[in-house]
Amino acid sequence: MKRFVNLGLLMSLLLVFLAACGSNQPAEGGDGKAKHAVVFKNTGNPYGEKEMEGFKNAIEDLGGEAILRAPDDPSVEDQVKIIEELISQQVDSIAVVANDYDGLEPALKKAMNKGIKVLSLDSAVNGDSRMVHVNQADPEAIGRTQIEAVSEMIDGKGQIAILSATSQASNQNLWIEWMKKELEKPEYKDIELVKVAYGDDLRDKSVSETEALLQSYPDLKAIVAPTTVGIAAAAKVITDKGLIGDVVVTGLGLPSEMAAYIENGATPWMYLWNPLDVGYLAGHASHSLVEGDITGEAGDKFKAGELGEYEIIEGEDGTEILLGDPFRFDKENIEEWKEIY
Amino acid sequence: MGDRLMEKQSILSVIAKHREAGLIGFIIILSIVFQLLNPKFLTIGNLANLITNTTILIILAVGMMLVLITRGIDLSIGSTLALSGMTSSLFVSAYPGLNPLLAILLGIMVGIICGIILGYLVSIIGILPIIASLGLMNVYRGLTFWSSGGGWVSAHQMPASFKGIATSSFLGVNTLILIAIAIFLFFYFFVNYTITGRQIYAVGSNPESAEITGINSKKILLLVYTIMGGLSGLAGVLWVSKFASAQGDTASGYELTVIAACILGGVSIAGGVGRITGVLLGAILLGILDNALPLIDVSPFWQMGIEGGIILFAVLFNVIVNRAVQQNELARRVV
Repeated sequence: MKRFVNLGLLMSLLLVFLAACGSNQPAEGGDGKAKHAVVFKNTGNPYGEKEMEGFKNAIEDLGGEAILRAPDDPSVEDQVKIIEELISQQVDSIAVVANDYDGLEPALKKAMNKGIKVLSLDSAVNGDSRMVHVNQADPEAIGRTQIEAVSEMIDGKGQIAILSATSQASNQNLWIEWMKKELEKPEYKDIELVKVAYGDDLRDKSVSETEALLQSYPDLKAIVAPTTVGIAAAAKVITDKGLIGDVVVTGLGLPSEMAAYIENGATPWMYLWNPLDVGYLAGHASHSLVEGDITGEAGDKFKAGELGEYEIIEGEDGTEILLGDPFRFDKENIEEWKEIY
Repeated sequence: MGDRLMEKQSILSVIAKHREAGLIGFIIILSIVFQLLNPKFLTIGNLANLITNTTILIILAVGMMLVLITRGIDLSIGSTLALSGMTSSLFVSAYPGLNPLLAILLGIMVGIICGIILGYLVSIIGILPIIASLGLMNVYRGLTFWSSGGGWVSAHQMPASFKGIATSSFLGVNTLILIAIAIFLFFYFFVNYTITGRQIYAVGSNPESAEITGINSKKILLLVYTIMGGLSGLAGVLWVSKFASAQGDTASGYELTVIAACILGGVSIAGGVGRITGVLLGAILLGILDNALPLIDVSPFWQMGIEGGIILFAVLFNVIVNRAVQQNELARRVV
């Protein structure tokens, strides 16, 4: 009898397990529709969900089939595995949000050799492993805008620090380079960048790094965090320590995550693009590549549905499509945006 | 020559008996080094940050110690923590008027259920703890994503009373620190002065003999995994309250930090050995590393390397001391 009870319990455990993984199965098969895949950094990231949703919307508008994939952890190895699976599924295009700038090169080259159209969006891969990159915003505009913002917040004077994600994140590093270039302008001569800290997009580490910045630089006036976990962790520390008004936090963050801190004043305003639009633009680019309307060469033009017409330009490494300037979130509009993403 | 050898070995056995003294010495030396590199290290403000940030690790390490003593391991605690944190924050965002104590209770209940399932698989079914907890790690993580639909619960969705669990203080001491102290004291008396507490060691050091002496080892195993689950559940609520955000990947991989704290504190993976004071020091040592490495200007590439190096050093120290003590005892037996 006892054995049966045990068996029953085991079976119910198994059922829970199956139920938990059932919903995550990727769409298989197809009926002659073009299959467009998108691979995000990791699962469970609302930003990524929105980006993939935008991609799916574009593909479905165009009558194709969208395959949305992401590994559980943001690792290169797992993304390679997913790309290998997609190659054997014989998809028509793969759009990837890379966990590493160079690490996906062998897998993506293999895909291109099989005739699959490859592009990256949001976080880029190097120019040799893709046909085109969909850049959520001009890295130059992002870097410069954040410095302009922080300068306005602290009246162009004082110490600032940058709190980034991981030290290898390609997009973060590019933005930070542009921030440094913007800081070279004479109007920022009184602003001193004291440190670039890395919170690895982990809550606990980002908090420790913020606390260390406050301890090491008591005169710090602002923290610029171009990453959602970092900016929220920094704003939380500033809120808890009662430093609102003394130290400002700005950068790039999810509106829902930052709503509390924009409302309480820890972050006067911050920026982000619309991830739905990034995914949507990438979906249209995938479609145009597969249809042969564009080849990924600079100068190619294509229509991206409701976003209008885009032109492919030469980037620092390979060709790019730029979505546009980052969007500003402040006390005026956060109420509306915090419910969206 | 022989005398000197004996002297050296007796020093080693003294260190082995008071391994915490060695660890305290190590912590003091490390603190002096950090203080020299950044004079802000030993300030009240920074020490308060350090201890507050280490409380969750201490709570989890106490539970993990019990599991390790029974020759087990629990890799699912990071996921249990995330599931409990997500469940309780979803609950308070739906019912903002809820008493935060109820949210804590809910989190603990979620953790206990997770722990009972693991304990059941390990003790009654007899699956190896590392396999069972590895499987459940993914199940619980999946449930966390599923329960939130992949989304996060953000600061603006949490009532102030819930966020206040981690930021409030009583008599000037942060609540997190008070909770960690209470748990430490409770388990200090539990493992050292209660029959059940001692039985945990008996089951770990020699399961066959323990069974013969009439200890119900299955019950003990079920108990330690349930306690571990409950503590993970509590830690989940505290984590989410502290950072005012619940994510699907909360505390992903944190189980390894907790296990590292135990091993640093002298708990043996082979079971039967481990002291709660040692575990406390092990957790504090890791807390110091997390706090001080950002304070000194080391490259982010070195931070992980240094942390790993110190853990390896502590484990090596443990092995060398144990080997020397064993040789010493063998030599005495010959005499």
